[in-house]
Amino acid sequence: MKVVAQRPESLTDAPFHYCPGCTHGIIHRLVAECLDELNLREQAIGICPVGCAVLAYDYFNCDMLEAAHGRAPAIATGIKRLLPDRLVFTYQGDGDLASIGMGEIVHASGRGENITVIFVNNAIYGMTGGQMAPTTLLGQVTTTSPYGRTAEQAGYPLKMAELLAQNQGAAYICRTAVNNPANVMRTKKAIKKAFQTQMQAKGFSMVEILSTCPTNWGLSPLEALEWLEKNMIPYYPLGEFKVS
Amino acid sequence: MTKVLMKGNEALAEGALLAGCRAFFGYPITPSSEIAEYMARKMPKMGRTFLQAESELAAINMVYGAAATGNRVMTASSGPGISLKQEGISFLAEAELPSLIVNISRGGPGLGGIQPAQSDYFQATRGGGHGDYHIIVLAPSGVQEMMDFAMQGFDLADHYRIPVMIMAEGTLGQMMEPIIVREPVTDLPPKPWATTGCKGRKPNIINTLHLSPEFLEERNLHLQHKYKLIQEREAKAETFMVEDADLVVAAFGLMSRIAKRAVMDARQKGIKVGLIRPVTLWPFPEKAFQEAAEHVSKFLSVEISMGQMVEDIRLAVNGRVPVEFYGRIGLIPNPEEITRQIMKIAQQEGWV
Ligand SMILES: Cc1ncc(C[n+]2csc(CCOP(=O)(O)OP(=O)(O)O)c2C)c(N)n1
Ligand code: SF4
Repeated sequence: MKVVAQRPESLTDAPFHYCPGCTHGIIHRLVAECLDELNLREQAIGICPVGCAVLAYDYFNCDMLEAAHGRAPAIATGIKRLLPDRLVFTYQGDGDLASIGMGEIVHASGRGENITVIFVNNAIYGMTGGQMAPTTLLGQVTTTSPYGRTAEQAGYPLKMAELLAQNQGAAYICRTAVNNPANVMRTKKAIKKAFQTQMQAKGFSMVEILSTCPTNWGLSPLEALEWLEKNMIPYYPLGEFKVS
Repeated sequence: MTKVLMKGNEALAEGALLAGCRAFFGYPITPSSEIAEYMARKMPKMGRTFLQAESELAAINMVYGAAATGNRVMTASSGPGISLKQEGISFLAEAELPSLIVNISRGGPGLGGIQPAQSDYFQATRGGGHGDYHIIVLAPSGVQEMMDFAMQGFDLADHYRIPVMIMAEGTLGQMMEPIIVREPVTDLPPKPWATTGCKGRKPNIINTLHLSPEFLEERNLHLQHKYKLIQEREAKAETFMVEDADLVVAAFGLMSRIAKRAVMDARQKGIKVGLIRPVTLWPFPEKAFQEAAEHVSKFLSVEISMGQMVEDIRLAVNGRVPVEFYGRIGLIPNPEEITRQIMKIAQQEGWV
């Protein structure tokens, strides 16, 4: 019998704890497939965020660390400076990366730290129950923006890919989405390119991935994919912002 | 053996290098900056890593990552910077990552001042960050010990898999003394738990999240067991003329040398006074105080703070002997002031 699909070696057999329809699972799988296909599993050191992906060390079948909220890029820096030939990646949510960890991510990219950041933007704080994130869209209802986010009260959602692409140290910055099969394939390509950028020692790489949180958006998994396409993609355009 | 004249901060930095420190991450702050500056000059030439972080938060987390690779790594700062590092120190303690943290201390609270102080004693000895944890805290009293404790600090950190802090008053960082430069350490212990890439073994995980309440308790009991062992084995004090003393002065760090002068002056005046100098602030050398409590009628804690170590002495002697306090902040108590305090007690007790 021909095997057409199987679990990547870079994923353990632990079942994901993510909510039904949450796209964190798809992104995990893509990262793992890229590690497998580039034969990097045994060289890889990953850093989990504080957020829904905090348990990712149970899922990725490589050396893993778990960081304090937002600090993953600093931890990655410490590792990479001492083990420059390893593949060091962080996996971070939008609260983790764009709010509490803003200092760490901006400076890691500014230094051209030769690490890869998998940035999962779901426009909300998932783990803590659906509070407003710096990436929450204007008008979006969350538990801490119950009347919808307004620019007057909370300012504007941050566009991290565009922001970091301005830094000279950033070598590869791309934004993708996982709302349909074509975009999933594009996301995989981008992750691979980011890993390759690092292995070629070109500098900082980040893939910002638009992802769903059906639970806290209050939508079914299918509606969530549609919401992402209709609302997030127009504000957060997909594409490569920096390639070197 | 020939001695060289060295500044405290530089002796500490050199000691760390001799101990095999592979990386330094720091953010400038007076009066600790010379450590970073020394490392910035030396480390790149030795093929080691010096990195100026964007903040103390980032620096301590870089230490977290770098320590996880199994290398000897460190950071140094002062008051406000050490406060920012507390998040990371709590994580280092629970992840059991050996690391060296240096506090060249200044007066607080708030931005405080850049004068030497010992007012971070509570922060250092009570854990400082969230959760039930301790770190080992060493208090050098001279430039030689700045070097020696940096080296011993790394050994203790590796042996117990614990963050170790060296806390020294700003003056100690700035002053120069002739010291013997030690031999470099060549034999470092293996660290099979390090996250270095899982080639040829199962993946290693470094983590501080424990969602199961039973396992969280188990982790805490494990840490407490380790702390108890450290308390039994590593608590250290220096004593001076304590055997026949009626009064014992307690002081640590550079302050202990000033207090020693006062003790000698008071002896000349016929007062039976001795000195206990805690070398480790955590674990606190309770035994030295308990033994002295058998025969002294009073303790006097002299600190460059508003009274912090005095609480540990009171806990150690548990009400058996009264413990008095004398301290200043911003200014260092001088020998004459301390002698006056000793004579005041001598008068109250009817010794003179
Ligand atoms: C210092 C600190 N502050 C707050 C928290 C609580 N907290 C846990 S996860 C989280 C937000 C996570 O949201 P995000 O990064 O968007 O990831 P998601 O859960 O959506 O994947 C917060 C605020 C924490 N653990 N630590
Ligand atoms: S809360 Fe949201 S982000 Fe978290 S697992 Fe559930 S759906 Fe995914």
